[in-house]
Amino acid sequence: MPALKSPLEVAFKGREGMRKIVICTGTGCIANGALEVKEAFERELKAAGFDTIEAFEGLEAVKEPKQAAYLSKSGCQGFCQMGPLVSIMPEDILYTKVKPENVQAIVARTLKAGEVIPELLYVDPGTKARCRSQHTIPFYQRQSRFVLKQCGDLDPENLGEYLAIGGYQAAKGCWQDRTPEQVCKEMLESGLRGRGGGGFPTGKKWELTRVQKSAKKYVICNGDEGDPGAFMDRSVMEGNPHSVIEGMMIAARAIGADEGVVYVRAEYPLAVKRVRKACADARKAGILGQDVFGTGRAFDVNVMEGAGAFVCGEETALMASVEGERGMPSPKPPFPAQSGLWEKPTVINNVETLATVPLIMSMGAAEFRKMGTATSPGTKTFALSGHVRNTGLIEVPFGLTLKEVVHEIGGGVTNRKGKLEPLGFKAVQIGGPSGGCLTKDHLDLPLDFDSLRSIGAMVGSGGLVVMNQGTCMVSIAKYFMRFTQNESCGKCVLCREGTKQMLHLLEDITEGRATLETLDTLQELAQAVQRGSLCGLGKTAPNPVLSTLKHFKGEYLAHVVDKRCPTGECKALARPEIIAEKCKGCTACARKCPVGAITGEAKKPHAISQELCIKCGACAVACQFNAVVGV
Amino acid sequence: MENVSTVIIDGREIPLEGEKNLLEVIRKAGIDIPTFCYVSELSVYGACRMCTVDIEGRGLQTSCSTPPEPGMKVRTSTEPVRQIRKVALELFLANHERECTTCSKSLACKLQDLSKKLGVGKVRFRSVQKSQPINESVSIVREPNKCILCGDCVRMCGEVQGIGAIDFAFRGHDVRVQPAFGKSLDEVSCVFCGQCVRVCPTGALSPKSETEAVWKDLHDPKKVVVAQIAPAVRVALGEAFGYQPGEVTTGQIIAALKMMGFSKVYDTCYAADLTIMEEGNEFIQRATTGGVLPMFTSCCPGWIKYVEQHHPDIIPHLSTCKSPQQMFGAVAKGVVAQEMGIQRQDMVVVSIMPCTAKKFEAKRPEFTQEGIAEVDHVITTQELVAMINEHGIQFRNLKPESLDMPLGFKTGAGVIFGNSGGVMEAALRYVAEKVENKALDSVDFHEVRGDAGIREAEVHLAGKTYKLAVVHSLGNAKKLLERVKAGKSQYHFIEVMSCPGGCINGGGQPVSARPEARQKRTAGLYEADKALQLHKSQENPYILELYAKSLGAVGGHKAHSLLHTRYSSRRRILGEALDLSDGPGAGKVEVKVCMGTSCYLKGSQDLLHRLARYVSENKLQAEVLPKATFCFEACDQGPTVEIGDQVIHRCSLDQAVAALETALDARRRSQAAV
Repeated sequence: MPALKSPLEVAFKGREGMRKIVICTGTGCIANGALEVKEAFERELKAAGFDTIEAFEGLEAVKEPKQAAYLSKSGCQGFCQMGPLVSIMPEDILYTKVKPENVQAIVARTLKAGEVIPELLYVDPGTKARCRSQHTIPFYQRQSRFVLKQCGDLDPENLGEYLAIGGYQAAKGCWQDRTPEQVCKEMLESGLRGRGGGGFPTGKKWELTRVQKSAKKYVICNGDEGDPGAFMDRSVMEGNPHSVIEGMMIAARAIGADEGVVYVRAEYPLAVKRVRKACADARKAGILGQDVFGTGRAFDVNVMEGAGAFVCGEETALMASVEGERGMPSPKPPFPAQSGLWEKPTVINNVETLATVPLIMSMGAAEFRKMGTATSPGTKTFALSGHVRNTGLIEVPFGLTLKEVVHEIGGGVTNRKGKLEPLGFKAVQIGGPSGGCLTKDHLDLPLDFDSLRSIGAMVGSGGLVVMNQGTCMVSIAKYFMRFTQNESCGKCVLCREGTKQMLHLLEDITEGRATLETLDTLQELAQAVQRGSLCGLGKTAPNPVLSTLKHFKGEYLAHVVDKRCPTGECKALARPEIIAEKCKGCTACARKCPVGAITGEAKKPHAISQELCIKCGACAVACQFNAVVGV
Repeated sequence: MENVSTVIIDGREIPLEGEKNLLEVIRKAGIDIPTFCYVSELSVYGACRMCTVDIEGRGLQTSCSTPPEPGMKVRTSTEPVRQIRKVALELFLANHERECTTCSKSLACKLQDLSKKLGVGKVRFRSVQKSQPINESVSIVREPNKCILCGDCVRMCGEVQGIGAIDFAFRGHDVRVQPAFGKSLDEVSCVFCGQCVRVCPTGALSPKSETEAVWKDLHDPKKVVVAQIAPAVRVALGEAFGYQPGEVTTGQIIAALKMMGFSKVYDTCYAADLTIMEEGNEFIQRATTGGVLPMFTSCCPGWIKYVEQHHPDIIPHLSTCKSPQQMFGAVAKGVVAQEMGIQRQDMVVVSIMPCTAKKFEAKRPEFTQEGIAEVDHVITTQELVAMINEHGIQFRNLKPESLDMPLGFKTGAGVIFGNSGGVMEAALRYVAEKVENKALDSVDFHEVRGDAGIREAEVHLAGKTYKLAVVHSLGNAKKLLERVKAGKSQYHFIEVMSCPGGCINGGGQPVSARPEARQKRTAGLYEADKALQLHKSQENPYILELYAKSLGAVGGHKAHSLLHTRYSSRRRILGEALDLSDGPGAGKVEVKVCMGTSCYLKGSQDLLHRLARYVSENKLQAEVLPKATFCFEACDQGPTVEIGDQVIHRCSLDQAVAALETALDARRRSQAAV
């Protein structure tokens, strides 16, 4: 099967001289005004005498390529913090933070006069160099955009374009020329592992479902991405929805399913809309339906919106939700492969996994295995956030080290004021509320399923939160515990009550009520919840606690024994004091104190009453002489 | 042993004999593995985590959800397993109202029992109790602060009874079990069968106690207090005092009741014999004169409420006979009081029942004549146990005493009423003899006995075949009803009991940890039937005397007025409408929009939204109180809206707005006048 063509190649073939303007319309860019930018382009292109092509189908009608501009929308390109992003092709210029008022200049200067507008280019904060194209921006340079590759180029709402680059050819090949056994075999050989968190081999999952004897089987795409700060699946669904549907079709062929469900969180309206449209378009084109690729066999896909519960990302809870039941997990066995949706054998894969499937089928398992590591082949998308210079959606081959991700793609760690701080790295929380933290000891650790598991962390769904030295690790554990505690479905006691009690114990620690016994209780409780909970959410909920207890025990002890938060983040433990030697007696602090806790005569050192102080920090801000410490 | 598949439990080889999960195998191995949420008759839930075990090669798994596989090596107590159980128990206790000394379930509470057994000496976690109000219905008391959310009640109500009157609401730590919209059990589709009470491991669900009222009447010198003992009580009460399930302790119960001050102790089985006379006769009448068939039994108040709520169309199929409890009350106060020379109002009838729904039944308005209830108090077997204990009676040392006559005399037919199939069998003993006009050779109808949820039988009488069905549990009743309504099954006579196994397994019976208790109680009643001299209701001399002296003919006018009743549709949810505004409602114009299924399908929700928008856009919130209500009983004319005192069917937004403005004008005028 041929590999996918580039959308650019397809668009420009025979139309040399034409321009393609790609406006990123991922959620981040839309929020920053990408749709207004697009309107401005429509207006300005017309005013400048360009023939504007809005959709891929319109390319056929282009008579004079030099006068034509193909105005295309794309899915998320990952560099959300710099949006709205506009690319001009074939010159390969990337303009960042484009505003509608910039558009006239872009049309006049770049499209007409062929010059680059330096003010709209990305400036590398390290080198201060202006980067003309994506390929020269460090954020992109170390990435391997594979699953996300088309997300930046392709119009996600246009089936024609997806078909033109060779889309649905992989599915067609599987349905027409390969047996289910062959499809499963290829998938097994590829070594693809589930991107949703567990890392279970996809081929094995399919094979287990294929061998079940049942006239009815289902394929479910799990798009209930709920980790705070993670948006990998959303980007794929928004940026290349057809690739997900094609992946589902291949899975359906592999197991013998005739019905599929895409379960998308309702908080992703754009993803819902685009996947729905993709399904409708594919159905209209006869790709989905009663007679798939003329084989006489049926497969159709419906989209269902999740109602906003994190736990519905857990497969048994998700299926309960699809069935109209309360979204609560149930014990396994039975596994979905044996008895899933409506008690029928069911394959349930994550969005990113399914989007990888057509690529594997096109390039072949052997070629796919060239990316990544031996046991974790391929690439993984991560949502990079926190105290790094570049945040956004990244895709890297498995096996890249943590250091490469943080320092090269992320551009280094920043301090509280957002300035680069070379030694500022403290930890990374990987895998969201279910994951664990990695420390500076792990900077050379290759990011793959097994390496991470070996140190008690997990790839998870792909959240990567970088934390600097100013971050209190107990507070971080508390933050994630509050999240899981809120999201617990309430079914099993260890998760329902355990997360609540862990949160209380963490609050005791950050608010100065804890003793050494609290730490033992916390450790034992966390272990019991991890070992004994019913579902993945519960089993992984204590991970942030256990890993911070393991790697930052000293910080816990400081809170418990010294009643002190080393980073000063825990306000309840703060003890603001005025250093008498530094205090000039200017009275600025006393005048600012809202509760009258500061006393002292003018021109003499002042003092803070600990009983009255509410630890607001106003005194420290007011002091011109850095005499106030501890808040 | 070569062909037998086995598993290793704590080093011992245990054969597999078709157990559906590992937990059952472990119990068979003699290990009392702890659990809250595993109930063998319900689906596996896996929420309490107490039955976690260590399976070699698989790690920690809950044994309730693991199918046993040959060769499995299981350890039921390891350090991690103990840790999980103890931590789980501490977590339960931290969110549990630990007022054990005043709890009705104290000493029978599983949480208390396991905490002691597992040695939870201290709860290290802070109490995270949210104070939720107690919900007292006529039959069942819910104390949410004692609920451990094992879901046994929810699954019992939904899976076995097919009702779903309670379910989980909210999530995470806010999860609670409650009826829809947090209403009281009195206001929803609960039939008060009490099966939820039976499976509740803590004091979160208990029968509504009436013992205080009984003591008061016992201690009132003006009152003559008489008791009736239901058949199922005698084979279960003893369990609370160390007797085997199924062991009959009627004599001791009578002695205890007499010590407490009951004037007379009678038997509900007598009234069951009376029921058979009326019900058997009713069936013969229906069958021979082209009456409505199939006929359903009407002894079970849970079943009656279920029909009234969910299947009012089959009300004509219900036997019009009162239940034995109510027939007893009617005869006691209508006939016996007079014979004893006392006023009706001075007689107090106390029923001792295995059943929580009987409490509801006794309070139905149909069973109160001239302000005097036929049955004054209904106490469950459990409550009688409590009274015996309170009095300090050493039950095991009691010398058995005899029932009082005439209402203490019964035949075996009345005794087996407590078993599923018993009413049918008792009726057959009457019907067969009457239809064939000759004495029966054998009184046992084994074809209607057994444990299957739906049993069918045929009897051939006087050249005609009668098709019969016996069902127990309302879930099975629902299945059978669907078949009957679809015309797939043709029956003449159907017996329904709400509780699995019949009354012997009622919601008011002593809680038994032993799974075989139900079968033993059933066997106990059949044995009691055998031990009696007479087995056919029509041979009960006191019944015959009652007809001869007081009632006249079986099914006659007097019998009818005293022993039969009527039913009515209860399809509608009761109670207040849901207030949709924030502020106080007094003096506002009420706008009630029906949210019943029919009106909903005809767009009532949309109408309510648009009306609410009209109210807010025109800033009428201070004058208008929008409410969602349930049913105006005009489903074919929906959507129905009530504005002020005007009810509008097929209501459009324009009509509603016009009516609202009219009502507002009237309100403003009257206020201006004031």
